[in-house]
Amino acid sequence: MDALDPVLLSRIQFGFVVSFHIIFPAFTIGLAAWLATIEGMHLATGRAVYARVFRFWMKVFALSFAMGVVSGIVMAFQFGTNWSVLAERTGSIQGPLLGYEGFTAFLLEATFFGVMLLGRSRVPPWFYFVACCMVSLGTMLSSFWILANNSWMQVPLGHRVVDGHLIPDDWRAIVLGPVMMVRWPHMLLAAFLTTGMSIIATGAWYLLRGKDVDEARVMLRWGVGLVAVLIPIQIFMGHLTGDYVHRWQPAKFAAIEARWTTEQPAAEVLIGWPDEAAGRNLFAISIPRLGSFIASGTWDSREVGLDTFPPEDRPPVVVPFFTFRIMVGMGLVMLAVSWLGLLLWARGKLENRLFLWGAFLAFPSGFVAVIAGWFTAEVGRQPWVVYGLLRTSEAVTPSLRGADVAVSLIGYIVVYSVVYAFGLLYIYRLLRDGPGIEAARGTVTPQRPLATAMSGDAP
Amino acid sequence: MEPSALALFWAAVIAVAIIVYVILDGFDLGVGILFGCTRDRALKNQMIAAISPFWDGNETWLVVIGASLFAAFPVVYAVFLPAFYIPVLVLLFSLIFRGVAFEFRERAGARLLWDRGFFIGSALAAFVQGAAVGAMIRGVPVANRQYAGGAWDWLAPLPILTGLGLVAGYALLGAGWLVLKSEGELRDWAYRRVRLLAGVMAVLLALAFGAALHEHARMADLSLRSWGLVFPLLAVMALSGVFAGARERRDHWPFLMTVLFFLAAFATLAVLFWPYMIPYAITVGNAAAPEAALSFLFWGAGLFVLPVIALYTIGVYVVFRGKLHKGYE
Repeated sequence: MDALDPVLLSRIQFGFVVSFHIIFPAFTIGLAAWLATIEGMHLATGRAVYARVFRFWMKVFALSFAMGVVSGIVMAFQFGTNWSVLAERTGSIQGPLLGYEGFTAFLLEATFFGVMLLGRSRVPPWFYFVACCMVSLGTMLSSFWILANNSWMQVPLGHRVVDGHLIPDDWRAIVLGPVMMVRWPHMLLAAFLTTGMSIIATGAWYLLRGKDVDEARVMLRWGVGLVAVLIPIQIFMGHLTGDYVHRWQPAKFAAIEARWTTEQPAAEVLIGWPDEAAGRNLFAISIPRLGSFIASGTWDSREVGLDTFPPEDRPPVVVPFFTFRIMVGMGLVMLAVSWLGLLLWARGKLENRLFLWGAFLAFPSGFVAVIAGWFTAEVGRQPWVVYGLLRTSEAVTPSLRGADVAVSLIGYIVVYSVVYAFGLLYIYRLLRDGPGIEAARGTVTPQRPLATAMSGDAP
Repeated sequence: MEPSALALFWAAVIAVAIIVYVILDGFDLGVGILFGCTRDRALKNQMIAAISPFWDGNETWLVVIGASLFAAFPVVYAVFLPAFYIPVLVLLFSLIFRGVAFEFRERAGARLLWDRGFFIGSALAAFVQGAAVGAMIRGVPVANRQYAGGAWDWLAPLPILTGLGLVAGYALLGAGWLVLKSEGELRDWAYRRVRLLAGVMAVLLALAFGAALHEHARMADLSLRSWGLVFPLLAVMALSGVFAGARERRDHWPFLMTVLFFLAAFATLAVLFWPYMIPYAITVGNAAAPEAALSFLFWGAGLFVLPVIALYTIGVYVVFRGKLHKGYE
């Protein structure tokens, strides 16, 4: 074997570029919905503070959208450069699904997003609101195709196998499978919550600093309200997502639970350190029978362990075990912040400094949950790239040597570090300066997302 | 295997998308290359202004190419990208760097970094695209519907010459665009470069042709398609049109004649390669995805999305037609 394993390096590279990418779509899907909501409120109430809040988040949205598009172009080529066997065998299914995503994103940018950037003053108010709603719908539709594609990779349906190639047979089953119907809402809610927590944190930040108080109150109250309503729904969707894993991907389920041997009734390992070599958990804290209840809803069900599966079909355990618990933990943080916020709000003490600090510090909870959730889903699917049909180790580009991938991986790390450091610095500056600063730098009429974000005079 | 009607439709879409991409992103990459050839701040800023409403829309066509290839001809996508693993990487990095440089140079500080990045990104993107053409002419080894060569096979004398040729060619397109869009000092500056660049490009392409003969690159059977010789002939005429336009200072000629030159060159390559999509291993008919995939794609993307993209592109150029005056940004 090569000292540098092209499969492992390609996996790391894919994980790196996709983790970087998902931050932006997750944020922008939520922001688009948030902007449509706020614009709708502005239309309904006519209050100027909504217009100022809108204008401020519009800049953040434009910049995040641009960074999402740039990092998304890289994703469009990863399947071919590093996973050419996957691309060749499943291209007639994955190609159209991912193609539609690219086309959807483009349609959006070319049409209604253009109207949003062009500015409220140049079109009738109702049309501007419609444009905001269409952009929000478009971002959700974009994620629809990505989730349809990934859900098919998790639980492939609607295909037939011809000469080792996976050929589309029933597009309805491929696109609208039962797994997709659970995972797409789960992802959409995750995006809304990610943005909601960011909005809460931004509002809290300004209130702590005593600046832009009117705008900050709108952000804090709306954020707390939205997250408080959405998080219970998300926890329920998460439960349904767990059900699909339990039914269709029992090995992944066992890995998430670090259940090495089949148990009846099954215990739930709350936390511990899974020792993959020895096939047991160190320092584990577990609760008897709870595992059966979580998996099957009864206190005495039989739950399969990893020993049921041949070693070559078992996923890694440490990563899914911890990322799943991190995701759930972040969900609990969101639940705590939003419901505590509701409680304080009801008592008229929402601007309690201690609460504001907590809300401010919880800003990354959504991002962390999204990335941890995707790691659970993707690492848990191993050793398969298309579950049960194509192994990851057989999907890699055969001509690639380890050194080639090492070069590209280092390249991605360096380029992303430079470019995104600047991009994130801008987003930070926009958030820090807040809606109060309307520095008119130049007389530029922005035509493009980045230009809008950069220039002071937002639409 | 004979390609189906849908396969031909998607092959045509990809061919059109490639030539549209080459011409549109070609001129803005070309302006980026010229941008690095002057130290005059005023000229630099005018150059940026001359392409700023267009460049990101132009790059959309690259996404159209990639998405259509993956969906309609997955095996071509799966062979082309590994064969050009390093050039594709360089292209992506160049486009990322160049794209952000566009916006950051005004506001980010570190202006020198972004200005250099803009020039180097533009030049490298042009070079690797040209090199890929040269490597395609040499042929791409394929076994079991997968690329069967090394990551650096593309780096040979012929691809280096075609790469440099495309750098000169894009710069020529860029100079033609600047002549078309500007007045005064910038137009004079660009006019002075048109003939030089056209000459350099012609010499590089002649050398590339020599290298191709020397390497016994399989020039398909051009004798069987002698009608195809009309295209190189057209290219020569277009090139003389570039010189004539520069001599007589007709502002439209250098750009339009260079576009004609690129169309003729593309048609020449198409005649050389047909029916191969990956020369000389995979044909259009062999590469096409099953009909179920092609039609799924056709009813949404083919009938609806592609016309919108085309209309959008046309719309942008209509809105920003004419001379640049004081910058239409």
